[in-house]
Amino acid sequence: MIYLLCLILFCVGLYCIITKRNLIKIIIGIGIVEYAINLFFILIAYRIRGRAPILAQDQVIENMVDPLPQAIVLTAIVIGLAVTALLVAIAIRIYEKYGTFDIEKIKRLKG
Amino acid sequence: MSNKPIKSNEKGMTLIVKTITRFTVGLILLFGIYIVLHGHLSPGGGFAGGVIIALSFIHLMLAFGKEVALKKLSQSMASFFESLGAIIFISIAVLGFLGGYFFLNFLNKGEAFQLFSAGIIPLANIAIGFKVGAGLFAVLLGLVLLKIGGKE
Amino acid sequence: MFLEWVASLIGEEPIELYILLVFMIAAAIIAVEIEDLLSSIVAVGAVGLGLSITFLTLKAPDLAIVQLVVEILCLIILIRATIKRDITQVKGRQRFITILTSLTFIVLFLVLAWSSLKNLPEFGYPIMKVAKNYLGEGLARTGATNLVTSVILDFRAYDTLGEVTVLFAAIIGALAVLRKIGRK
Repeated sequence: MIYLLCLILFCVGLYCIITKRNLIKIIIGIGIVEYAINLFFILIAYRIRGRAPILAQDQVIENMVDPLPQAIVLTAIVIGLAVTALLVAIAIRIYEKYGTFDIEKIKRLKG
Repeated sequence: MSNKPIKSNEKGMTLIVKTITRFTVGLILLFGIYIVLHGHLSPGGGFAGGVIIALSFIHLMLAFGKEVALKKLSQSMASFFESLGAIIFISIAVLGFLGGYFFLNFLNKGEAFQLFSAGIIPLANIAIGFKVGAGLFAVLLGLVLLKIGGKE
Repeated sequence: MFLEWVASLIGEEPIELYILLVFMIAAAIIAVEIEDLLSSIVAVGAVGLGLSITFLTLKAPDLAIVQLVVEILCLIILIRATIKRDITQVKGRQRFITILTSLTFIVLFLVLAWSSLKNLPEFGYPIMKVAKNYLGEGLARTGATNLVTSVILDFRAYDTLGEVTVLFAAIIGALAVLRKIGRK
């Protein structure tokens, strides 16, 4: 059931990417899709009444959560930031050249 | 008492923001270095600490204007540090060939829960911290500096 | 009656997770539908900070730290892109046919995803075939007490090398797009 809410978050982002015409809105949609995918990985790793995967001194911790998806997502978040920066750079360049963020107008100007 | 905003020739934000920034920016940088160095003992690591280090420089830039931040760390130096981090990371990986294979943990493991333990992991964390911090700061500098040469 | 139905639906999953997810979905819908671009960016910041708290609830403190600081930097970059531009309002309506197509696609996607979710392990009971190894031998083989770091930089260091290369490529690409020298 909790997976379904995560998929709905994904679909909100997908709807934004497909239907919006503003470049900044499309970047926002890509960001929302990214969040939903990261969340899905961590939801799969969760254990009921689990503990964080960090050892503590002088005690044995049973039932830690799965550290593997956490390690994969940790790098993916930073990559997402770099990709957002790249997209924003390209969007600013397009704005300088055409004077608008609207993708349909840009298409018409290009001919 | 006039209600006029204080006119100053300097760039950047108001006096309040500048004063607070003088107190906090060193602490933020120190916290980033702490997060990088303790990545193998507590939550954190090279990626988180690198972003915090980049944020401390960005904090300086937003408060005092871009000239002050450029004096501390110019864009070419930031690019240099990014490449340096990548080279250190690759060298650590290649040095594993001394013992047999790529990414071998060739240093002494040491005692658990101590700062100097876990072999190559703290060194690799430092390399990644350099790379992420300098790279993100260089990108933001590029975004800010673009306005000078933009269309007029 | 209604509360009992909801309780049977949730089971033993933590209730605060549902509250956070509903908050995130509401913030995402606001970010998509609002007309002012600056408000839209602030709403997307709300989604990211909610995600940070969700990671903390799901026992992933490393990710919570990274998501928090990355979200702040992301907000700064996005605000830099929109502020001082002439147009900050989104005008113009979408075509009806585009909305219809995308909604059809999304419904199809949800149906397929719902049928494939039945094959996943139940929430809260992961399989952890590989992870059992990491949890058992992590301290002895790497010496790091933070097991996420030991997975990133020792067991799966090749993966990290690939990610660092992607990061390098993305940053070099952004710097190349934004360069001053050589422009007309």
